[in-house]
Amino acid sequence: MKQDLERYPVPDPGVPHEVERFTDVDEAAGRRAYAQVVGLLALVPVLAIAFVVVYFAVPIDAQFVLFGALFKAHPVLLGLTGGLAVLLVGVAAIHWARTIMGDEEVVEERHPAGSAPEARAAAAEAWKVGVAQTGLGRRKLIGSGIAGGLGILVVPALVLFADLGPWPTAALRKETVEKTIWAEGVRIVNDVNFKPLRAADLEVGQLVNAQPINLQELEGVALQQAKAKASLIVVRMDPASIRVPESRQDWHVNGILAYSKICTHVGCPISLWEQQTHHLLCPCHQSTFDLGNSGLVVFGPAARSLPQLPITTDAEGFLIARSDFTVPVGPSFFERDSSRDFKEGDR
Amino acid sequence: MRFLTSSRRHKAARPILVALALVLIGGLYAAVSPATNSSADDTTTTAQIAQGRQLFAVSCASCHGLNGEGLAAEGAPSLVGVGAAAVDFQVRSGRMPMANPLVQAPRKENTFTDEERAALAAFVASLGGGPSIPTEDQYTPEGLSEEAIAKGGDLFRTNCSACHNFQGSGGALPNGKVAPPLIGLEAIDIYEAMRTGPGQMPIFNGAAIPDTDVQAMVGYLDELHAQPSAGLTLGGLGPVSEGLWAWIAGMGSLVLFAMWITSKAARK
Amino acid sequence: MARPAQVSPEVPAAQALSAPAAAPAAGVGGWFDDRAPVSGFAKKALRKAFPDHWSFLLGEVALYSFIILLLTGVFLTVWFKPSMAEVEYAGTYQLLHGVPMSEAFASTLAISFDIRGGLLVRQIHHWAAMLFVASMTVHMLRVFFTGAFRKPREVNWLIGVGLLSMGLVEGFAGYSLPDDLLSGTGLRFVDGLVRSIPIIGTWAEFFIFNGEFPGDLVIPRLYMVHILLVPGLLLGLISAHMALLVYHKHTHFPGPGRKDTNVVGGPLFPVYVAKAGGFFFIVFGVTILMGALMQINPVWLFGPYNPAQVTAGSQPDWYMGFVEGAIRIIPNWETHLLGTTWSWNIFLPGVGLMGLLFTGLGLYPFIEQWITGDTAEHHVLDRPRNVPTRTALGVAGMTCYAMFWLSGGNDILATQFGVSLNDVTQVMRVAVFVAPVIAFIVTKRLCLSLQRKDRERVLHGSESGILVRTPDGGYTEAHVPLEQEEAFILTQHHQPAALEPSVGTDARGVRRRGKRVGGLRVRLSQWYADGAIAKPTAADIADAGHHGEAADAVETTPPAGELSGAASSGKGEGH
Repeated sequence: MKQDLERYPVPDPGVPHEVERFTDVDEAAGRRAYAQVVGLLALVPVLAIAFVVVYFAVPIDAQFVLFGALFKAHPVLLGLTGGLAVLLVGVAAIHWARTIMGDEEVVEERHPAGSAPEARAAAAEAWKVGVAQTGLGRRKLIGSGIAGGLGILVVPALVLFADLGPWPTAALRKETVEKTIWAEGVRIVNDVNFKPLRAADLEVGQLVNAQPINLQELEGVALQQAKAKASLIVVRMDPASIRVPESRQDWHVNGILAYSKICTHVGCPISLWEQQTHHLLCPCHQSTFDLGNSGLVVFGPAARSLPQLPITTDAEGFLIARSDFTVPVGPSFFERDSSRDFKEGDR
Repeated sequence: MRFLTSSRRHKAARPILVALALVLIGGLYAAVSPATNSSADDTTTTAQIAQGRQLFAVSCASCHGLNGEGLAAEGAPSLVGVGAAAVDFQVRSGRMPMANPLVQAPRKENTFTDEERAALAAFVASLGGGPSIPTEDQYTPEGLSEEAIAKGGDLFRTNCSACHNFQGSGGALPNGKVAPPLIGLEAIDIYEAMRTGPGQMPIFNGAAIPDTDVQAMVGYLDELHAQPSAGLTLGGLGPVSEGLWAWIAGMGSLVLFAMWITSKAARK
Repeated sequence: MARPAQVSPEVPAAQALSAPAAAPAAGVGGWFDDRAPVSGFAKKALRKAFPDHWSFLLGEVALYSFIILLLTGVFLTVWFKPSMAEVEYAGTYQLLHGVPMSEAFASTLAISFDIRGGLLVRQIHHWAAMLFVASMTVHMLRVFFTGAFRKPREVNWLIGVGLLSMGLVEGFAGYSLPDDLLSGTGLRFVDGLVRSIPIIGTWAEFFIFNGEFPGDLVIPRLYMVHILLVPGLLLGLISAHMALLVYHKHTHFPGPGRKDTNVVGGPLFPVYVAKAGGFFFIVFGVTILMGALMQINPVWLFGPYNPAQVTAGSQPDWYMGFVEGAIRIIPNWETHLLGTTWSWNIFLPGVGLMGLLFTGLGLYPFIEQWITGDTAEHHVLDRPRNVPTRTALGVAGMTCYAMFWLSGGNDILATQFGVSLNDVTQVMRVAVFVAPVIAFIVTKRLCLSLQRKDRERVLHGSESGILVRTPDGGYTEAHVPLEQEEAFILTQHHQPAALEPSVGTDARGVRRRGKRVGGLRVRLSQWYADGAIAKPTAADIADAGHHGEAADAVETTPPAGELSGAASSGKGEGH
């Protein structure tokens, strides 16, 4: 008794008696609730028929204007009729349960979740008998053999998946992630319309989303894979306002510089370039690169500067690449040491 | 149909564009390569230029200097060589004259008449070079085929959506700057912005994107904004606003239903 | 076939078998009962008690949205083509005419523009997915804050953690399938994430994408994951989750008559069936209405995936937002070792953070049990204020998650609130560490204040708003004594003391390990129990009753039967 008072200073008053609802005691209220439930359910077939009518009668491209905005009539009306029909079934059922069904609570006893000690002992005994029958007590090697056999079966199961994709060996990496379709003499063209770019026509402050002209020859998967690495941004800045390191003096044409469009963080294409600050922002994770300073990272999670493409002009004055990128584009990968990529202080 | 599309996005959801200090219209135009410079004052009379000079002295010179030479201390760039199109764009969109040089110039009501704007443009053009005000046939998207519009869409997604969002709802730039929304703009606004590169926006000139492609892009954007939506667009901001609505409208209403379901019915 | 029962219970089974004509029960139920013991189950199940509380329905929302996802998902598979083969679009949506795209994207456009009801179902499917993960999350929070994960429900908690993590995988796979610009950008991100895994990164990348990104197989593979592998696992886990729920019976909030040895609530049949069944239709109806009224994932506006394109507002769906945020605010750490590159700037926030979250969630019940030494079964829920340290830890965790989550929308925050993107990022780098600490301290203080308020209420009743002038001229406010029911709720909780430092076995039978570990455990236990406001004892209440008017309700001696009931439930707690 003393302990109970310590644990429960206020004694448990027990499950309270139910207070009757209006619908239980007031005949009129009960009739009203009944009518409401039936009324709600009666609306369901009306809405269901409306749904069918909308499905067949409203053209799929029909539109309507509401509060100055233009909406697709078909999905909106279909959803409104269907959604309300389904909703009303639920609302009616709940209303029925709350107001009409008896609401006496039931008290159910619980039992400990675990097995009773006797059951546990009996199970242990059964297990023991079984173990004895296996003969493993004297012939232990069978146990090891089973375990080892099952264990080794994992290997062939895993090996089955070795052809999930080509193996990125050093040789394959050289042909894939470490290479793009840029090469000496490949013309730089504007993306989408493949218009070649004459150096003299570009203005200071201009940004061109560019591609190699040989991208045109590709299609399907090869096109997507090539584009995912070769995409380029070409910008023109006032040569006096930028810093060009010694090793890159001949990589630009009068302040026209070309950089990989693929972020070195996780590979989003970047083209948010501010012509006055020369900063390039990645819209995915906000890494910011300074295109006026060899593509160095100035903010955000990217660790490596943006690879720059060495460019020059051909005899007709169009921009061309001088070579492929000198470092792989896109995110770093384990097998390649990126510590010698261009960084702050390099010349 | 334009009045429909212009008021359909949630204007109320759009924020006031407040930002940190920003230099407008870099003096870079001074270095514009001669090939793209075109003379803007073929048709302008000296009288127009004189009127423009007067207006300029009253409305612009306090920052840009009496001869448009710019004032570095005010962050005001030189206007020599920016061209008539830049003035036309900046003044028509109300960005110039700006009220607060410390923030990115917001779009606001233009207080000049067309005649005054033309005079200002003529005066600035007379200072030297720069793109002239485009004629209607340069920017008006007319008679475009479906394929041309679709190609305009491809160009839009390649060149514009990174900053201005997939349906031109605008987006964030570093250090408090923003790429403004492109909703409710006239074709000439987009044309002039591409050709003159206002603020931080780069120039997209005819060497890369010829006039026909600009028309296709404008045509795409117009068509895009005239598309009906399957329900409210939720600001056209992508998954962030969708997630917000899933929680507020979806979980919110379901929790209210759950409270109703588990509440006791009315009692004596 | 249906005949009235003729076979008496005494008839041996063998005889009944030999007389097939004598059906023992009538109707379909009877027919079935002859073949499986339905009645035995129904006898117990039909009147099972289900406690009523709105927060107990959150898990139901998750279950129902999963069912909606199955239904709408089947509809979508009828038309969707999980192929990355290139086609030139020639469908109804004229703004993409002639644009090259994958068959997956083209078929998504077909579902959206050419199949009647297709767009609606797509939108319902996507909204239901958002709600599926959202409701799992709030359900888990409810279970956490009320201590429903304690013994014997730890296993069900673990299953729940598994369900949540599967939900994320399932959602992400679905997000990637249409092959629009956003899903392709998301896959590009996954490519970078996989590549960042030390040692095996490049291999995993080539294996998943069948070579270089984007390859030609990732969408068919994700399709298999999305419609077969993960839904299968989810179904299995949900079945186990529900089976354990039925076996353990539902928990209930403290209240009069609610004990650790019983469960009080409405009967399964008919009330709960009607309510739960009705709620399914409400959830379905709300989801359909959301699909009708709110546009979601308008892929035709994004265009097909093109590795050279990107859009402002490139975000994943909300449930991947915390990972996205971590990836945005992580400093650009990359280290080099023996000619290799370790991309911590992706691995830590991506793989690391998700691992940390789900490991932490999975381990929590066991850590708490270890700290408190509590080995008893619990079926009466905790009021969060009565377990201030757990509540504070939970709020701190939520705050940390929220900070990461907000970081995932740092560009939207910057534009919508007119602040600098860089400032948002810098602030968030600090906030993910500082905000949880502040949240912990504030929450704990708040809980303790609420405990203090409870104590006050029990001792002095509630304020009546009536001022009384005493004969000597002073004014006091009259207090109304609490109903016994409320007083019981405010005092029923167990207040375990911190573990004592000792080696061996203590009086409670809690085994102790080595001294060093015991020391840490004791310190944690003291930290966990720190600051608790002692609930009023019976003597306190009696005392307060003598000089106030408060004790009327609680001074009445309860019937003996009630007390013994309280005593029996006390056994479960006091160990």
